[in-house]
Amino acid sequence: MARRTDVRKPAAAALGVDAATARRLLADMMLIRRFEEKAAESYALGKIGGFLHLSIGEEAVADGATSVLRPDDYAISTYREHGHCLAKGSDPRRAMAELYGRRDGLCKGKGGSMHLFDRSVNFLGGHAIVGAHLPLAAGVGFAIKYQGGDQVVVCYFGDGAVPEGEFHEAMNLSALWKLPVIWICENNRYAMGTSIERALAQHDIYKFGEVYGIPAEPMDGMDVLAVRTTVARAVERARRDKMPSLLEARTYRFRGHSMRDPAGAVYRTKEEVEREKLRDPIVLFHARVLETGALAEADVRAIEKDVNDRIDEAVAFADASPEPPLEWLLTDIFKED
Amino acid sequence: MAVSRVVMPKLSEAMETGKLIKWLKGEGDRVNGGDILAEVETDKADVEMEAFGAGVLRKVLLQPGEQAPVGTLIAVIAEPDEDISAVLAAAPSTPATAAAVLPRSAPAVAPRPVAPAPRPVAPAPAPQPVAAVAAASRGRVKASPLAKKIAAQSGVDLRLIQGSGPGGRIVRRDVEAAATAAPAAAPARAATPGVGYEDRPLTPMRAIIARQMPLSKAPVPHFYVTSEIAMDRAWDLREALNALEGQPKISVNDLIVRACALALLEHPGVNASFRGESIRVHHRAHLGIAVALDEGLITPVLRDADGKSLAQIAVESRELAERARHRKLRATELSGATFSISNLGMLDVDEFSAIINPPEGAILAVGSVRRIPVVVGDGLGVGRRMRVTLSCDHRVMDGAMGARFLQSVKRLLEEPLRLLV
Amino acid sequence: MAVMTYREALNLALREEMHRDPRVFVIGEEVGLYQGAYKVTQGLLEEFGPERIVDTPIAESGFTGIGIGAAMVGLRPVVEMMTFNFALLALDQIVNSAAKMNYMSGGQYNIPIVIRGPGGPAAQLAAQHSQSMETYFYHVPGLKVVRPSTPADAKGLLKAAIRDDNPVIFIESETLYALKGEVPDDPDFVIPLGQGIVRREGTDVTVVAYMGMLYRALEAAEELAVEGISVEIVDPRTLRPMDTELILASVRKTHRAVVVEAGAGFAGMGSEIAACITEQGFDELDAPVERVTGESAPMPYARNLEKAKTPSKEKIVAAIRRVCYANGNGS
Repeated sequence: MARRTDVRKPAAAALGVDAATARRLLADMMLIRRFEEKAAESYALGKIGGFLHLSIGEEAVADGATSVLRPDDYAISTYREHGHCLAKGSDPRRAMAELYGRRDGLCKGKGGSMHLFDRSVNFLGGHAIVGAHLPLAAGVGFAIKYQGGDQVVVCYFGDGAVPEGEFHEAMNLSALWKLPVIWICENNRYAMGTSIERALAQHDIYKFGEVYGIPAEPMDGMDVLAVRTTVARAVERARRDKMPSLLEARTYRFRGHSMRDPAGAVYRTKEEVEREKLRDPIVLFHARVLETGALAEADVRAIEKDVNDRIDEAVAFADASPEPPLEWLLTDIFKED
Repeated sequence: MAVSRVVMPKLSEAMETGKLIKWLKGEGDRVNGGDILAEVETDKADVEMEAFGAGVLRKVLLQPGEQAPVGTLIAVIAEPDEDISAVLAAAPSTPATAAAVLPRSAPAVAPRPVAPAPRPVAPAPAPQPVAAVAAASRGRVKASPLAKKIAAQSGVDLRLIQGSGPGGRIVRRDVEAAATAAPAAAPARAATPGVGYEDRPLTPMRAIIARQMPLSKAPVPHFYVTSEIAMDRAWDLREALNALEGQPKISVNDLIVRACALALLEHPGVNASFRGESIRVHHRAHLGIAVALDEGLITPVLRDADGKSLAQIAVESRELAERARHRKLRATELSGATFSISNLGMLDVDEFSAIINPPEGAILAVGSVRRIPVVVGDGLGVGRRMRVTLSCDHRVMDGAMGARFLQSVKRLLEEPLRLLV
Repeated sequence: MAVMTYREALNLALREEMHRDPRVFVIGEEVGLYQGAYKVTQGLLEEFGPERIVDTPIAESGFTGIGIGAAMVGLRPVVEMMTFNFALLALDQIVNSAAKMNYMSGGQYNIPIVIRGPGGPAAQLAAQHSQSMETYFYHVPGLKVVRPSTPADAKGLLKAAIRDDNPVIFIESETLYALKGEVPDDPDFVIPLGQGIVRREGTDVTVVAYMGMLYRALEAAEELAVEGISVEIVDPRTLRPMDTELILASVRKTHRAVVVEAGAGFAGMGSEIAACITEQGFDELDAPVERVTGESAPMPYARNLEKAKTPSKEKIVAAIRRVCYANGNGS
């Protein structure tokens, strides 16, 4: 390892991140991808029920953004949040157990795929009413400021939330009160089956930030390093100046809206999907780390094996975890003293 | 479980036929012994008919408004899985009308010699002249949950209560009123056969008298014994008792009931019934107390009068009389007397003779208490006097026995403190 | 004990709790500079500053969500709805976010928030400003719902609500803000949520009523006392959790119940209480539980129609007579 590190140094500099960071970025994206592939498999086996929304193709956003956060920073997300939760540091075993509806799940099996919460890593949940968690994120920003802290909160949401009133209320209030929130719109171009052209008068979502007078910029959501650098700037503004930012990550989901929309082929063409897959963030970053010499193919193989092992273990863990006891039905409705 | 045959009950000694007013249980209802099955009109009163068997009221054979001779099968109680066809086959196919009264001696439930066809187990519904009444009485009792709870606790039968709530709903106040008005009747201990009496063989003389007397003076050979009783001390005692705070008011009749009850214990021969081949001597004194009604006379029975204090007698006989006037007496309260008292004192009667209520052996007729001149020492004074006449069944007793009984009654009333001990 | 208005009692509760706990803040429309649309927050901006008395633009979902988000990470917000009718704009935040957060996070994120403001009929405010809003909330598992009827309750219950670790919907009444009453001075005077109170003792019938209807029921009780009908009045104070034991204990005594509510009756509080009494006190009942409710119509503006829409004393009296079988019906 040490012998080969010297060889790669110039190339790593060209990548803009050191080898360790590159390794972590790649490993985390691969972990999310593998987690969701296994989740899809488990869904097909009937181990997971309800709605299962996959973010395959969008891993670079969660990965790149989280890579510039501190552990005491917060993240909050939608129902397509497996990646955000894992990137923030949640144990894949407990996340998978939650998808399985088991006792050892992050939320004791009461939340499921759409409602992953993990207080231990400051992950404030998956919220499944589109737009509703944006005011919550503003509230977290409000509390950080109230308490005199210097944390930030990253709020992920889809392009489908932008037409919602709560998007605008949250933009306005965070701008008005200068709250340390980084708004990251994962623009995958489709709100379920409705394209942004059919949903928004203004297709350039970042431009709504300009209206509210907050820093706003688009970024390539398929490029983990682009996301990383763009979010890093926003984090700096939030941490130092309590200034929110609206970042529009242009990305794409390779799968359907949910497992009930497997191909996602009614509202978009197969050709479009295949074309977008050429921008696969993992494939692209994999190629770049090899190209720049930051990592060798053997390193990637090792990462891949490690990721596969961890996810296999997560599935085994979830499978082995018992169902929640029936008496849990009536616990946690209120916090009791 | 045996099949229980429900027959038109003999609700008074004179009753030969009864008219069904209404059923209080419908076919298919579960019945427990002691439940009120129906209301029956007799010559004397509307009375309630109790069930003596337990099970399900399987078949009703008499419709409201129809009459049947005493002893006629009018319903069958059995468990749901029991075969009642044999019992039904033995029943008359049509209820007797008023004109078709069977003689009392006839076997009312004798199998019909040649039935045209066996009566089916589940015959087509017979025409129901007053079907509406029957249906209403079979409908579920509408009562508030609280009323039901209180009724269950106090033993009040909701089916006998008229509800005062909306749509006739029985509510708490209805049950409480019923519970206050009708304390549960004491269980009829006399219902158990073999206790409470003894059968003495007729002496040869008595057998002859018994054979002979009905021939000369049918059906019951009466004789009469009259006595005058000084009521001054009894009068004073009554006034003294009624001056006591919180005590029930005692009437002259209550004193007479008490005196008779005690005298009957002393003279069991008077507390006796003629039984054809024997004389039944009762060990307990159940006193019939005649109550005059506008439309006639009714004689509710004060049971075990010999064991009751004056106060108890006063309260219970007043309550019986009250219910008699409202025709709310049960069958058990109208039969089983061993001796009766008929008091016309309030009607300014010097004396009179009463007719015995068979199978009782005697009845005491009571006249008014009058203030009359009496011999006191060698002079005259004013005293309260009452004349009583005992009618006796000569088949059971003779004149001397009646006279001795009357003497005891006289002594008890003239030395009335004896009534208190 | 000091005599003060219901409004002052609420103000005092807010002040005491804000002094007691720096995590408590007030957020809503016109709570600061304007001194509160109904002056409940009067003087608080001056006392606590704009960081803790937060004026918002008109964005009910937005600022309610801000309250919930702040509660997730350690604050204890008091969100004022200028009137509770406006809470419908924030219904999703209250129902989907606040009420369910602790449950769906498996107990990781409880939401200690109070959402308060006036609700119910007032004076010619017409259809959109007169609704009995508690109905929308007490159905939801995870919410506590309070309706305080007196100045003392306003103080004691608001303090309890602020100290509670869960979302509390606290609906006041415009018609009661000027009501005066004795209020305990003790800064730790707290009325536990879920504890009702017998406002008037009686033996013949239990009337359950709160807010304006409580006072109408008290008038009805006075009128019926003359006729010899003794009315017991129970004020649940907290609608959820409901003090069913208190209500049942009263019904076990009186054997009759009438529930009065200002809102329309269908699937209302009266239905719930009637069901509770029937399920748990059936054998105690001497009459069906009666409901006296507002008519099932939007609130009209015209004075006479408005009066007819809301339960009157006469209707309450008639219902009580009915359950007491005191209508001349067979008695």
